[in-house]
Amino acid sequence: MDPLVLLLIVALVCCVAVVVLLPVLRGDSGEWSPEGDDPRAALEARKEAKYREIRDAELDFRSGKMAEGDYRALDRSLRAEAIEILKEIDALGEPPNTRR
Amino acid sequence: MTDLGRALLIIALVVSAYAVFAALYGARGGGREWVTSSRRAIYSVAALLTLAGVLLESAFLRNDFSFGLVADNSSTTTPIFYKLTAMWSSQSGSLLLWVWVLALFSSLVLLATRGSLREITPYATAVLGGIATFFCALLVFKVSPFTAIANPPAEGAGLNPLLRHPSMMFHPPMLYSGYVGFSIPFAFAIGALITRRLDAEWIRATRRFALIAWAFLSVGILLGARWSYSELGWGGYWGWDPVENASLMPWLVGTAFLHSVMVQEKRDMLKVWNASLIVTTFTLALLGTFLVRSGILDSIHAFGASTVGGWFLALIALVLVGSIVLIVSRLDDLRSPHRLDSLLSRESIFLLNNLALVGLCFVIFWGTFFPLISEAVTGERSSLGPPWFDRYTVPLALSLVLLAGLGPLLAWRRVTVSYLRRALGLPAAVAATACVALALFTDAAQSVTSLILFTFAAFTVTAVLSEYWRGVKARRTMSSDSYPAALISIVRRNRRRYGGYAVHLGVVVLLVGVAASSAFKTERDVRLRPGQTAQVGGYDVRYVRPTSGLSNEKLEFGAVLDVRKDGKRVTLLRPSRSYFASQDASMGTFGRFFRGESTSEVGLAPGATRDIWTAVQPDLRLLNAPLREANRRFADAPGDVQALVIAALSERYVRRAPPATFRVIVNPMVTWIWIGGLIVLGGALIALWPSALAARRRVTSLYAAKLGRELSRA
Repeated sequence: MDPLVLLLIVALVCCVAVVVLLPVLRGDSGEWSPEGDDPRAALEARKEAKYREIRDAELDFRSGKMAEGDYRALDRSLRAEAIEILKEIDALGEPPNTRR
Repeated sequence: MTDLGRALLIIALVVSAYAVFAALYGARGGGREWVTSSRRAIYSVAALLTLAGVLLESAFLRNDFSFGLVADNSSTTTPIFYKLTAMWSSQSGSLLLWVWVLALFSSLVLLATRGSLREITPYATAVLGGIATFFCALLVFKVSPFTAIANPPAEGAGLNPLLRHPSMMFHPPMLYSGYVGFSIPFAFAIGALITRRLDAEWIRATRRFALIAWAFLSVGILLGARWSYSELGWGGYWGWDPVENASLMPWLVGTAFLHSVMVQEKRDMLKVWNASLIVTTFTLALLGTFLVRSGILDSIHAFGASTVGGWFLALIALVLVGSIVLIVSRLDDLRSPHRLDSLLSRESIFLLNNLALVGLCFVIFWGTFFPLISEAVTGERSSLGPPWFDRYTVPLALSLVLLAGLGPLLAWRRVTVSYLRRALGLPAAVAATACVALALFTDAAQSVTSLILFTFAAFTVTAVLSEYWRGVKARRTMSSDSYPAALISIVRRNRRRYGGYAVHLGVVVLLVGVAASSAFKTERDVRLRPGQTAQVGGYDVRYVRPTSGLSNEKLEFGAVLDVRKDGKRVTLLRPSRSYFASQDASMGTFGRFFRGESTSEVGLAPGATRDIWTAVQPDLRLLNAPLREANRRFADAPGDVQALVIAALSERYVRRAPPATFRVIVNPMVTWIWIGGLIVLGGALIALWPSALAARRRVTSLYAAKLGRELSRA
C-alpha cells in the first residue's frame, strides 16, 4: 500500500475517533439536556399541529362541509386543547434567547 | 487509490456498527453522552461514504481503469455526463449509492430531531445504524466497488448502451432516495414501539421525510417509465416487469401510509394500521432492492444473478419478524379509544382508499411472485402477463380515482347529508355529461373500463377544483383579497391540504393518459423499402431514405420517415438503431463494430392528443459479404484505414438500403402521463414547502390573541 494512502487512512481513523468518542471521553452530553426532551420544542410542535387542526376545521365550516353545531363543538374542544398547550408553554417562561 | 476506498468502507462499517451499540447502550441507561456519540457516528458514516463516493466518481472522471468498476462500466469515449452517473449502473456502485443516501438522510433527520423525541431517537439511530451496517458489510465482504485490477486495461468496456439515456441516469438515485427515505419513518416507528411513545409525535417528526421519500419514488418510477418508452424500442412505458412492480409496491403502501397517518394525527386512530403500513413499506423497499440483485426473477432491469440475495432475504426476514413481534407486543398501547363518528367522513374515505391501495399492492405482489409460487407448488415456473394484472388492478384503480374525488369533499368526523348532496351535485353532473359526450362523440365507449375511468376522472377533477373554489370563496368572506390573491393565500395557509389536492389532480391526469394510451393505441409492424408507404392509425408513413452515422463509440443506421395525414405533413421522424463496438474479437476486426450491443433511438412526435412513435430495425445482412471481405483484407491495416473501411461499409448501407422493419405506434394522450407526473411533483412540493417563519409567527400571534379572547370569555 502507498505510504501516503496509509497515512491518510490513519489520519481519517483518528479524526473519526475524536469526533465520535469525544462526548463519551468527556462525559459531555453535547446538545442533550439532562432533563430529557426539550419541552419547548415539543410543545411548539404540538401547538402548530393544533393550530393547523383549528384552521382546517374553520376552512371546512366556512366552505360548508360542517354543520354549525358540529363545528362549534369541535372548535371549542380544539381551542381548549390549544389553550392548554399555550399554558404549558407559558409555564416554561421566556425562551432563553429572548431574555434581555 | 482502491486501497483508500476499501479503507473508507471498512471504517464506515465499524463506525455504523458502533452507532448501533452506542445508541442502544445510551438508551438503556449508559448515559446520554453515548447517544450523542452515536449521533456523531452516523454523521461520520455520512462523511466517510461521501468521501468514498467522491473517490469513485473521480476515478470515473480520470478514466482510472485500475478500478475494476470503472474498467467494466466506462471508457475513454464515454461522455462525461455518463461517466458521472456510471457508478450506479453496477451492482456494487448502486449499493454504495444506497447506503450513501441512507447515511445522508439519517444525518438530516438526526440533526432535525436533536432537540426532540429524546426517548425514541436513540432506538431510531440504532435502526438506521443497523441498516447502514448491513449495506457497508455487503460492500466490504461481498461486492466491493473498490476492486483493483493488477494490470489495468488501456480501454474500459464502456457503459451498457441501454443505460445511455438521461432518464436512466436520474432514475436510480431517485428510486433509491425513495426506498431509503422510507427507512426514516420506519426507524422512528420502531423507536416509538419500543419506548411505547405511540402518540402522533414520531409521525409529525418524520412526516416530511415520508413525503420526500414518496415524491422521490414517484419521480423515479416515472423516469423509469419514460426510459422504457423512449429507449427500449417496444413502445410501452409499463410492462408489469418484476422490477417495475417492485418499485410500485412500496409506492402504493407508502401512499396509503401518508393518508392514514393523517387519521392518527387528527383522530388518534389507526395506530396499529400505521405501524403495519410503514413496516410493510420499508420491507417492500428492501424487497425492491433485493429483486434487482438476486436474479430470482427474470427482468430486463435486473443486475443478474448474484450472491447478495441471501443476505437481503435474511435482512427482510429480520425486519419483518422483529416488527411483527414488536407490534403484537404493543397491541394494548396501540389501541385507540376513538371510533369512526360517521361513514360520511374523510377518515372513512381514507380507510377505503387504504384498503384499495393495499389490495392493489397485494395483487401486484401475487402477480410478481407467481413464477416462484407456481414453481414451488407445481414444479413448473409460469408467469402472469399484463392481461392478468389488468383484470385485477383496473377495478381497484377505478375505485381509487373515485375516492380521490370523494375524499376532498368530506370533512373530518362527519358531514351533513344536505351538504353532501350539494357538494356531489356539480361533480356528478359534470361526470355524467362527460360520460354521455365521450360515448356519443368519441370512440371511448369501445373500452368500457376506459369510459368509466374518464367519467370518474371528470368527477374527481371537478370535485378537486370545486374544493379550491370553495376555499377561495371562504377566504374572500374573511378578507378583501382578489380571487388570485385568495387562492395563493389559502394554498399558503394550508399547504398540506391543497398540495395534496394537486397531487390527486396529477394522479388522475396520469391515469387518464394511461387508460387512453392503453385502450386506444394503434400499433403496426411494417417492412418498407425506401419510397414505400404504410397506413397506421389514420396516418400515412413513408420511408423517405435510410441514414447512417459514425462516432467514436457507435455506428448508427436509421431512417427518415415522412408522416402525413390527409396529404398534409404532420412531422418528419428519424428513428435509428445504434451499434456499440463489442470487445469480442471472435466477431472479426470489423464485425465487432456492427454486431455488438445495439439500442433503439426512437423517432417520437409528442402531442397533446397523441404521440406518433416509431422504431426501426435495419437489416444489416446486406453487409455480411462486405464485412467478411473487409475482415480478410484489412484486419491488420492501420487504425485510420480501418476507420475508412467502416465509413465505407456504413455508406454502402445507405446507397443500397434493403427493406427495414418499422414499428409505428399512434398512441393517444401519452403526454398526459408525464404532465400528470409533473402536477404530482408540484403538489408534493407545495405540501413539503416549509411555512416562512415570519408567516408562522404572524398566524401564531393571531391565534394566540383569539385563544386569549376565548379564554377570557370562558
